[in-house]
Amino acid sequence: MTLIPSILSVPPSPGVTARCAEARAIVLSNMPVNGEYRLLTLDAPAEVLDCAPGQFFQLLCPVPEGEHPFLRRPMSIYGYDAHAGQLQFLYKIAGAGTRGLATLRAGDTLNVLGPLGQGFTMPDAWQNLMLVARGVGLATLAPLARMAQQQGRSLTAICSARSPELAMSVDLFRSYGAEVIVVHDEDGSSEVPALEALIEARIAAGRVDAFYTCGSRRLLTMLQGLGQKHGIPGEIAMEQQMACGLGMCQACVRPFREGNEVVHRRVCREGPVFSISEAIA
Amino acid sequence: MSPPDLSVKVGELTFANPIMPASGTFSEDLSDVFDLDVLGAHVLKTIMHGKRAGNPTPRVCDLQGGMLNAIGIPSKGIDDFRDRMLPYWSAYKAPLVVSISAHSMDEFARLAAEVSLPGVAAIEANISCPNIEADGNAFAMRPDTTAEVMRRLRAETDLPLWAKLTPNTGEPVAVAMAAEAEGADAIVTANTALGMSIDVRTRQPRLGNVMGGMSGPAVKPIALRMTYQCAHACRVPVIGCGGIATLDDVLEFLIAGAAAVQVGTATFRSPTVMARLIAELSDWMQEQGVTSLGEIIGSVQIPGGEAA
Repeated sequence: MTLIPSILSVPPSPGVTARCAEARAIVLSNMPVNGEYRLLTLDAPAEVLDCAPGQFFQLLCPVPEGEHPFLRRPMSIYGYDAHAGQLQFLYKIAGAGTRGLATLRAGDTLNVLGPLGQGFTMPDAWQNLMLVARGVGLATLAPLARMAQQQGRSLTAICSARSPELAMSVDLFRSYGAEVIVVHDEDGSSEVPALEALIEARIAAGRVDAFYTCGSRRLLTMLQGLGQKHGIPGEIAMEQQMACGLGMCQACVRPFREGNEVVHRRVCREGPVFSISEAIA
Repeated sequence: MSPPDLSVKVGELTFANPIMPASGTFSEDLSDVFDLDVLGAHVLKTIMHGKRAGNPTPRVCDLQGGMLNAIGIPSKGIDDFRDRMLPYWSAYKAPLVVSISAHSMDEFARLAAEVSLPGVAAIEANISCPNIEADGNAFAMRPDTTAEVMRRLRAETDLPLWAKLTPNTGEPVAVAMAAEAEGADAIVTANTALGMSIDVRTRQPRLGNVMGGMSGPAVKPIALRMTYQCAHACRVPVIGCGGIATLDDVLEFLIAGAAAVQVGTATFRSPTVMARLIAELSDWMQEQGVTSLGEIIGSVQIPGGEAA
């Protein structure tokens, strides 16, 4: 597999370890996964593949007919493999940017900037992990499941979706050794009271040292409540509208609790992964 | 043939090349991507005196050929600038330009004095932000308020003082000349153009602040026009800023009379763009046999004579 040279190889400032690069990647495949999601697989240069679970890229999306996406679109990493030189994104077509991404065909090029932001941490005290996410949020947590397996942690993945067949990445989580529980709207198992009861039972059995989640306000509020009640820490990957993705423009701030204060942090730079207890839903 | 000389003079300052960032689109974070010492100068995000949280989100939105922003100048204040930012930026060779702003003349003048510190090469006065003493109209909307604020700033600093104009004024030449008359050492044309966008589905403005500044390739002709007008009217140098993303854009502004250029929104799309433009400009000069940018700056050919 050919490695594609980056668009511009310029050394970072003295004393700075290159964290990210703007590079040209080549599309290997871009296929529908189910009715809602598509999987984009890229051949990417080594300099953008030193990734951590929870980090993201800024993609310069192709311009679909009749639309004009201008800014890059942030996209969490679904998979990365430095050895194979591959980078993957799982996305749902939601706007001009993702409609542009959907036009990519094998052999096309895509300008990528990354990896960006701070990824998930996995302190030694967190041996029994519980991941709770819904929809495309599950894509963000996929690399985390691999990390959990590599570090020998036990992982329970609660995958929420509108219907069972739309639950993302179930097989992938299983392949990383996770116990997968699918909850969905059709039988009400995805509703907060049902989920809470499910998680409480696991906590009672001593099976939860930490939570990981992504995006959803409803899940965040629920996990904050459970975390506070039982003293269980955790991390959340959050979203916000971005321009630069590097921290320069300060567009993507969100409020966070810091002691008795509420402070703004940049999702692209201090995040996108934050402590569940400090996040504000 | 010896390598081309990319250096430019902006008043008493000499920059290694004419490419510098536009205020608000640059921070130490970009050092992750390339060596910031390749730049002609470093222009920091506007500092205000006190701590400010900034505007509600969403703070940016996408447009055809550009974007809107209403970030609201979140600022950590003068203490953070003096104690943390100035030592950081002083470690670079590239001259440091500090952008300042305030909502009143007194606060503006005080800030100019406070940032006049060793290690600061020039002050860029962001006089395009709302003046609460004038119903929220930016100082640079009118020649009289421009003159007054520049007079106050000039009295407080011996550093080179740049005035950053707004494209929202109907009289940019009069504003530029007022700034020059009160001691501005350079004119920067220009800040963002006030705009708005509505999500037709929700009927809500796409910015938390309702209105915001438009930037990107779509505003380039406006900034280029102002650069041309001001370069012809003023004796002090003009720095072009607005929608610059390609080598041809840089050349356009230089030909129109800009002594240097600022690159802003383009960095959001391609963070390596400034380093690339410097390399491309050097290659272009070599190919064209241009040994100094003095041959290019202000070389616009108006058929039938000058028109301004």
